[in-house]
Amino acid sequence: MTPAANQHISMDLNAITKVYPGVLALNDVDLSISGGEVVGLIGENGAGKSTLMKVLGGAVSPEAGSIWIDGKEFSELTPSEATRHGIAFVHQELNPFTNLDVAGNILLGREKTSGPFGRMDRKSMAKEVEPILEMLGTRFGAKDSVADLSLADQQLLEIARALSMNARLVILDEPTSSLTLSETNRLLAVIEDLKTQGVAILFISHRLSEIEQIADRVVVLRDGTNAGDLTKENIEKDRMVRMMIGRDVSQFYEKTDHTAKAPILEVMGVTTKTYPKAMVNLTLRAGEVLGLAGLVGAGRTELALAIFGTDARLSGKVLLNDEFLPPDSVAGSIKAGLCLVPENRKEQGLFLDFAISENISLPGLKRLSRGLFVDRAAEMELSESSQKQLAIKTASLTRAVAELSGGNQQKVVLAKWLAMNPKVLIFDEPTRGIDVGSKAEIYRLMQTLADKGVGILVISSDMEEVIGISDRVAVMRNGEVTGILGAQDVSEEAILRLAVD
Amino acid sequence: MQKKDIGLAVLVLTVGAVVAFINPRFLSPINLANTANLVGLFGLFSVAEAFVIVTAGIELSIGSVIALLGVIFVDLIVVRDVPWPIAMVIVLVLGAIIGSIHGWLITKLKLQPFVVTLCGLLIYRGIARFYTADGTAGFSFGDDFPVLEWLVSGRSAGVPHSIVAFGVIAVISWFVLHRTVFGRHLFAVGKNAEAARYAGINTTRVIVLAYVICAVLTAISAIFFAMYTRSIHPASHGSFYELYGIAAAVLGGFSLRGGEGSVIGVVLGVILLQILQNLVNLLGIPSSLNFAVMGSVILIGVIADTQVSRYRTSRRQAKTLEKLVPDSQPAH
Repeated sequence: MTPAANQHISMDLNAITKVYPGVLALNDVDLSISGGEVVGLIGENGAGKSTLMKVLGGAVSPEAGSIWIDGKEFSELTPSEATRHGIAFVHQELNPFTNLDVAGNILLGREKTSGPFGRMDRKSMAKEVEPILEMLGTRFGAKDSVADLSLADQQLLEIARALSMNARLVILDEPTSSLTLSETNRLLAVIEDLKTQGVAILFISHRLSEIEQIADRVVVLRDGTNAGDLTKENIEKDRMVRMMIGRDVSQFYEKTDHTAKAPILEVMGVTTKTYPKAMVNLTLRAGEVLGLAGLVGAGRTELALAIFGTDARLSGKVLLNDEFLPPDSVAGSIKAGLCLVPENRKEQGLFLDFAISENISLPGLKRLSRGLFVDRAAEMELSESSQKQLAIKTASLTRAVAELSGGNQQKVVLAKWLAMNPKVLIFDEPTRGIDVGSKAEIYRLMQTLADKGVGILVISSDMEEVIGISDRVAVMRNGEVTGILGAQDVSEEAILRLAVD
Repeated sequence: MQKKDIGLAVLVLTVGAVVAFINPRFLSPINLANTANLVGLFGLFSVAEAFVIVTAGIELSIGSVIALLGVIFVDLIVVRDVPWPIAMVIVLVLGAIIGSIHGWLITKLKLQPFVVTLCGLLIYRGIARFYTADGTAGFSFGDDFPVLEWLVSGRSAGVPHSIVAFGVIAVISWFVLHRTVFGRHLFAVGKNAEAARYAGINTTRVIVLAYVICAVLTAISAIFFAMYTRSIHPASHGSFYELYGIAAAVLGGFSLRGGEGSVIGVVLGVILLQILQNLVNLLGIPSSLNFAVMGSVILIGVIADTQVSRYRTSRRQAKTLEKLVPDSQPAH
């Protein structure tokens, strides 16, 4: 434990510069924060937020600049130094050890032992963890299994872990991206609480309403540089958006009216493994954007996967343009004209180490081949036209997708499906963790596709988004569609009423 | 050719040059032909192994399959008087069956490739020994298969046919892995099986085919080895060959995590391993040190590879910094 354990932190990042192959990730970036303050860090994807966090945590060393902690200068930090100074992270992607209990996770690497053989002392571990859990007001105890915790509870577990290390600065990276409304509110209350205890909180989020609610100050990054700061009284959504993208967003959701056409996709009595008793009937018309709202765990993704064929459906049929889709063949669905932009683009949507062009061409590779062989010129041509159509920002199409920002990665996923000329496109959380600029581009693309007669089904937990882009919104609860709202009836309250019991 | 392959080629040439310098007999036609023959024999199953490794799998039963199928092949033509072309087809079909069983167990029953093929290693070796009652299967004095012998272990203009066969199969494999749709699917499934499934690739089919290709190539290799040794002692024939194949593939840039590697790399890997064997013989190093030398060179090769790529990244980073921020001085 450092002598400074209870002292409020004061930290300054000064003119930090970090270079990655081919990109200047951070250029002369400043950031300061001190105890008892909540600072919101915002910026589009690729603006440099993650890199700045890695510098703070000691995961990467900057090429230039200095880090001041409590008046002491460092040119770079190591992870152990960062921990020693009380800097703790709560990462966006949670990876708890589901084979350990709550206390085992929180005290991982700092387990208590007793006796000559170093036996793990679960009792004293639980004792150490309990006061922290109590302070956070968690619903789980020290000896509970982590495997059963909800996402929000896992988030709290991470925070508890940070606090158990006497964190003086807690960095939260997109902590609410997979939380429901009430869970988010609980988390924000915990943050308020920590703040009054003198902990400094760096809050990174794309959800600007949360930033409005919680931040005392906002630091905006754009293209790896400081784009300005906002003080408490100036924190306001439109202003933040303008600073992030460097221009006005006149109209974020440009909804065009789609005249109702013939049904293109009919889901008839489909049941999934998760909800074997809930039968879903749903009709999607050509040229329509149908939103699929509901709480996390309402069975929306399961339904989408059962339609697409990645998960076999238990019963029911799916009709696309008068053609029944095979029950468990993704290839069959794609051939019939149904494509899916998956929820988790890094795991399910992309081959991160493969070239951008190889990612785009993959599902339609057979069409791009002469006999058995891949026509590499045709592959390049396709990728180039996709790059132009979607404005994918990259120096070269032979670069690995891993080098792109989140928004551009999502565009690569879209590009690969657009190349298949889909008749129906399912989007599962298409804008999660994506910057404002790319978001607007994706919305615009959905509208253009709908205008061309493509049927679009959008799963989204972002209420504002669902309401903003959809012609109709279907709401799910416990695997069932509890109601469908037309454009004139839709509102956050109406959705919530259908979404909760 | 990828940068990795060029590095490996340079290593092969350097080691070759050093051996030739110390002992000029290395370059004698007899020695070269013998080495080429071994490259051919060992290359066949090393390429086979690569097809499985690229899907993030592993095949540990290669040595046992070579023993079992070799014993069966010799038994068919010598004892049971089956015409050799038919015996060949039977052995290849048996190979395909073994491969599909492995693929089926791995994809449908979701067993780990390591476990499935480890059991295969034990099972096939056991069956091979039982089949011959632990005796030696071989050709008796007077058994004569002139056409078969010429075809498999003969030479044209001093070039052993085994390396010709290996060359043909390596070229075909290069096209399959690096230029066809199926090859792209193999890499995709190896790199990220889930994303491959979401892209509509039939991952089960791709993986099963990889094991079938591997086993059929191994069966071809088994015939070559049977005709090369002419007498098969099933308890030791082909022992450790699977590890040899894995070593060649890893030297050639294949990652055991799947989705990476090139056929040129495996070919160079096989050549390097054979030159090392040869080096042990020619330089009078005790042959008991054979494996130790091989292991050390592979280790050094893999270390050099990671170090070079690390150096390359840092150099690229420095260049970018210069280009983007002309006035800044790197802090370190």
